Amino acid sequence: MATTQAQTRAADARDEPPITQPRLGPVGWARWAWRQLTSMRTALLLLLLLAVAAIPGSVLPQRNIDAGRVTDYLARHTTIGPGLDRLSLFDVYASPWFASVYLLLLVSLVGCVVPRSRAHWEAMRTGPPRTPARLTRLPVHTEVIVEAGPEEVAAALRGVLRRRRYRLRRAADGDGGAVSAQRGQLRETGNLLFHTALIVVIAAVGARYLWGWRGDVIVPAGQTFASTASGYGTLSPGPFVDTGALPPFSVRVDSMDVTFEDQASGAQFGAPRDFIADTTTTTGPAAAPVRQRLTVNHPLSLSGTSVFLLGNGYAPVVTVRDKQGNILYREPTPFLPQDNNYRSVGAIKVSAAAPKQLGFTGMFLPTATIDPTAGPVSVFPDTRAPALVLTMFEGEMFPGGRPQSVYSLNTAGMTQVRSPDGQPLRLWLTPGKTVTLPGGRGSITLEGVERFAGLSVRYDPGKGLALVGALSALGGLVLSLTIRRRRVFARLEPLTVGAVDEHASNSARPASAAGPAFGQGADSRLRTKVVLAGISKGVDPGLASELDRVVAHLRKTLGLAKAGPEPPSQAGLGHPRE
Amino acid sequence: MTVNPLLAQYANIAAYSAILVLAAAMVGFVVDLARSAARQLTPATAARVPVPAGGSATQPGAGADPGAAPSETVVGEALQGSRQAAGIAIALTWLGASLIVAAAILRGVAVSRVPWGNMFEFSLTGSAAVTVAYLGLSLRRDMRWLGTFVVAPVVLMLGLAVTVFYTEASPLLPSLRSFWLVIHVSIAIVSVALFTLAAAVTVLQLAQSRRERNLVRRGRFMNALPDADTLDRLGHGLHVAAFPLWTFTLIAGAIWAQKAWGAYWQWDPKEVWTFIIWVVYAAYLHARATSGWTTRSANLIALAGYGCIIINYTIVNMYFVGMHSYSGM
Repeated sequence: MATTQAQTRAADARDEPPITQPRLGPVGWARWAWRQLTSMRTALLLLLLLAVAAIPGSVLPQRNIDAGRVTDYLARHTTIGPGLDRLSLFDVYASPWFASVYLLLLVSLVGCVVPRSRAHWEAMRTGPPRTPARLTRLPVHTEVIVEAGPEEVAAALRGVLRRRRYRLRRAADGDGGAVSAQRGQLRETGNLLFHTALIVVIAAVGARYLWGWRGDVIVPAGQTFASTASGYGTLSPGPFVDTGALPPFSVRVDSMDVTFEDQASGAQFGAPRDFIADTTTTTGPAAAPVRQRLTVNHPLSLSGTSVFLLGNGYAPVVTVRDKQGNILYREPTPFLPQDNNYRSVGAIKVSAAAPKQLGFTGMFLPTATIDPTAGPVSVFPDTRAPALVLTMFEGEMFPGGRPQSVYSLNTAGMTQVRSPDGQPLRLWLTPGKTVTLPGGRGSITLEGVERFAGLSVRYDPGKGLALVGALSALGGLVLSLTIRRRRVFARLEPLTVGAVDEHASNSARPASAAGPAFGQGADSRLRTKVVLAGISKGVDPGLASELDRVVAHLRKTLGLAKAGPEPPSQAGLGHPRE
Repeated sequence: MTVNPLLAQYANIAAYSAILVLAAAMVGFVVDLARSAARQLTPATAARVPVPAGGSATQPGAGADPGAAPSETVVGEALQGSRQAAGIAIALTWLGASLIVAAAILRGVAVSRVPWGNMFEFSLTGSAAVTVAYLGLSLRRDMRWLGTFVVAPVVLMLGLAVTVFYTEASPLLPSLRSFWLVIHVSIAIVSVALFTLAAAVTVLQLAQSRRERNLVRRGRFMNALPDADTLDRLGHGLHVAAFPLWTFTLIAGAIWAQKAWGAYWQWDPKEVWTFIIWVVYAAYLHARATSGWTTRSANLIALAGYGCIIINYTIVNMYFVGMHSYSGM
């Protein structure tokens, strides 16, 4: 029956009228929502949420890093791929849900910093609070009797605290015989600096997205690239960038030197050791050309942008002639590296060929060999035995005039050229070799192999601000984590001479040592009971010894150091209450 | 940029020797803990050891400086006779630390650069940093109780370094050849070393506070450890020291990325995980300051942060495709 009773009681409880709550209007609700959003608890949950939300972007390929891998992933995972894509899981850091987490965090940050700054400003202005009435209630306190008058002790104590970088409450504030001091307000200053600086960093990142741009281009050695919107292979401008007015400059890649590891064995064999591009740059029609060296960790600065060497590869120089021997095509043609041994893919588009346009597609292999299972492969990244392996197409190369990648051939309007035996024609070209194309289509020659430099041009108007913000955040963080906030209070109470007579005799004051003659002449038997107490923000195991040090310095200042026996009340150290 | 294979060979020998020496040190620390547990049973000593066996968390005098001193001294004095094992273990840890430091230096000289260009070297230097940080801490206070929990992960890390992570001595990839490699990675190593010590202390703190709340009776060796409050202060202090260093790692990495790749931040998997670690530890620091969050929950967040460090070091380095593919494997 116990259960039934319990149930009855629960039912009774439910029947009771609900707790009357204040009725909230729209303003009330808004204020409630703001309070919730800016509370520390919410900030904490948002931080954890941000950490979790960032994870998928490191697991799945991302479009902003490598769009090719995303396409590849979608091709291989036809069932879950589209679903993941719909959830923006391939653009995590540009997705609405990720943005909502960090924007809420930003709002929470602002909502935390603004009122706290105001409160901190107020606290800095007003200084330490009044000394509490009952100091023995504070977590750490001590009592000490010194042989000096209250005024003298108060002055000495204020001096000691000031030297220990405490800020004192003005004596004139009418709190007779009491001292109040605090230190460590820089902790809150540091804390606010840290959080404000984070807002600055976020603003700098925003500036990069809105006004920054990035252009990538492949420049074969010996060729010049001019910075215009159409000069770039890919250009990703922010929404506020005028692509018609990019800063003008040009870069000629004079030579591109690359060395690879050929001594070590194992995974390090073939690892790159040096990428060096020698360039000639100009920053305008009138400017003199400058020869500069561009290496991996040393970008060029041109017209406010930075030019980085981010890639390299091979550009076979191919000549295509018609059957009369007229040159239809002669260019270093970049092929894009696919693996660490620079197996590279690309296309040669001979649009000048007639009556049908000719297209070649295939691979460039710097150190070519035929693997029994994988077919033609490269076994070393440098050009030890280069070969160009091509298949051939003819027909209409640009159906519908749509733009297409220069590294692949759109074969929709083309047919594959076959050799007389009916097999697809396959060309194997080594440097200097010319192959006659079947059916009177002319010839193709591999003249030689150039290297290309993959250049990336970046403009980021916010990067200086981001650096300043980040370093300020670090400075603020160090302040906010290392400084302790402490308050020390004291109440001074004059003791009647008779009550402590016996102490006076055995603690003679050294007359010469500490110099100051005050007190000495007036009444050497004056005594003061000092009740000192301290309190810290947070756990502070060193607070008790801080009070000890204050007492020691006070005695020294008063010239009482090492004089007399340990005062009996010294032992009364309290302990922090948890 | 030449490689001296002989010196690299010596470095490997030093690393293997360090594993043996530290394994022996670990045995010493374990024996010491086991003996301290046995000591608790003898009534003669038990009376003299006021260990808080599930009693109040606050020790008399726990507020004095240094925080942990009184309780530890009492424990230490009572057990002094039986602590040769710990003494030997500390001596062996010093020897082991010298061997790892020697291994790292030899490796650095062998490849004429800083010894943290791939995972093997990073593990080596990281182990050296953890061990030296532990010994540095033990010079200032009695840390013998922590020995097992520091030396064991170091031995594990070194073991992985010479087997799974091993990379032949070779020059650096061009992208790593920068002054920022010295700054960014060295601070990362120090920071991870401190986070490791902090995580070890935090695990012990969680176990100790469970025992103090009488939830568990097993693990009597825990009586030889400081009480949960002392462990908590130590763990928090270590986290507080490590966090700004990690922040610096993040900033230095961003500066380097700006120089090397043209963008200070592009959500590369390694960047993402460095950021996640930073955010999780930031959450820990906030949790400490938030009313309504227990010490336990905050400490669990800190351990989650350490879990992220491990993921960042293993899974991210070895399996995720990104621009930080320098593991050398």
